[in-house]
Amino acid sequence: MTDFEPILIAFVCNWCTYTAADLAGTSRLRVPKNVRLIRVMCTGMVDPQYILKALLHGADGVLVSGCHPGDCHYLNGNFKARRRIKLLQEILPCFGIESERLRLTWIGASDGIRFAEVLHELVARLREIGPNRAAAVTAVY
Amino acid sequence: MGVTARLEMGQGDRTAAVRGFLRRLLDSQAVGAVLVAQPLPRKRLRMPTLVTDPERLEGADPFSPCFAVNGARLAARLSRKPMGVRWAAVMRPCEVRAFIEMVKLKQAGTDEAVLISFDCPGAYPTREFLRTGGAETAGDTERFLRQAFSGEAPDPGLSPACRACEHPVPPFTDVHIGLLGGEAGTFLQIEGRTAAGEALIAAAALPPAEPLPSREAALGALIARRAAARDELFARTEAAVATIEGAAAYFADCLLCTNCRVACPVCTCRECVFATDVFEHDPFHVLRLAERGGLLKLPSDTLFFHLTRLAHMSTACVGCGQCSNACPQGIAVMEVFRTVARRTQQAFGYEAGRSLEDPPPLAVFREEEFTEAVGIPAAPAGGGGPGRTPGSEGGRG
Repeated sequence: MTDFEPILIAFVCNWCTYTAADLAGTSRLRVPKNVRLIRVMCTGMVDPQYILKALLHGADGVLVSGCHPGDCHYLNGNFKARRRIKLLQEILPCFGIESERLRLTWIGASDGIRFAEVLHELVARLREIGPNRAAAVTAVY
Repeated sequence: MGVTARLEMGQGDRTAAVRGFLRRLLDSQAVGAVLVAQPLPRKRLRMPTLVTDPERLEGADPFSPCFAVNGARLAARLSRKPMGVRWAAVMRPCEVRAFIEMVKLKQAGTDEAVLISFDCPGAYPTREFLRTGGAETAGDTERFLRQAFSGEAPDPGLSPACRACEHPVPPFTDVHIGLLGGEAGTFLQIEGRTAAGEALIAAAALPPAEPLPSREAALGALIARRAAARDELFARTEAAVATIEGAAAYFADCLLCTNCRVACPVCTCRECVFATDVFEHDPFHVLRLAERGGLLKLPSDTLFFHLTRLAHMSTACVGCGQCSNACPQGIAVMEVFRTVARRTQQAFGYEAGRSLEDPPPLAVFREEEFTEAVGIPAAPAGGGGPGRTPGSEGGRG
């Protein structure tokens, strides 16, 4: 388990969390190498199917991160995203996929430090949970 | 709100009595057309028919144990644009509930359609109905009703969806026909639950009646029996798919034909993502997937298909069971969808088909809700909270 390097897919919104990621980079903050960022215009456009695809195709965790409530560039995309995350957090455990593998956070554009913290925390948590076996299992069934 | 009226039963045949009621609706021009299931020449299945000639109601057989298609889909198409007349749709409670979901998803309209539901005896799996030939005459349907409502040989041969259905009466409808309790009585109890429903009862000139006490008792017993079967279904299915291996094994025979999606009354997308090439990976990508474990079952993504469908429609699932009817592989699809749908609907305090007023859960939001879904839980001391650190408000001024 000590060798386990979780793969984390992060859907980040263009206006807040992606900018925070950029800031973390230009600030030379260390972020875990486990994360693959996918920039989207808004967390409200992350259809549950993309999250499911990631979790069933080898991701150990998925992070969806956007603007704080009230800060959404499109007014309320982040609130809509929260309902979709809630929905998936209900569905995933029915099939033996821990709901903790999917997280939603609000990280503002100036939160480069917080962005790095969240990734470290989430990767640490995924190490505790262990590998997601969904991809290996669904490949042979 | 609502009126209760009595529909006289001629020779103790409920189907014939209801045909008479539908005939009166057409004769009085209260409606210009009736959507009702009936057998057709050289076909054994009862299919929905749109009837405009009262004479053509002779074969109407809405209570037979044949449930070939969820009529909500058809009724939705008929109601998306004006037909020009008021029309009635005689549908099972699950069809009415699916229709209500379609209305809320803006796929159907209630301007002209009047929903007529009935105490649902349930139906056989379609394959089973075809195999046995099913009920050939209206007399057979009456025999089926007596057996289904007797409570003695509980729900023989009914499909798993019907055996576990606690909605023999829909929570919302315009007109409801009480078939239960008709064994003993000489009349059927018909309720007009909305203004449109009351208008139909007035047009058919049905005399008022008191609610039948025998029906209430029989209905309570029926619902209790079905709810017990439902809970057993939930427990069994939860255990079967509780691990990823269990879930994958459950759907292992899936061919990705997507028949379940086509048969689903609440899968509303005109172009489903699985009919597009969004997830059509390049060949080299598929090779990479195969190389991970040295073997890749094809078609891949079968479990992904079902989970995506659950994410898209489980909050609207009414548990009609047409997905299971449609599966060529005999996978018990309905069991999983009902089990997960109960959980997702509960999470949002929603119940599919309950009313026209509750908005679909994914169409709305509140500012203060589901805070537990946000942030990184069980973080080390100092890192907690909903993902917000001092100064984080400064983002965009």
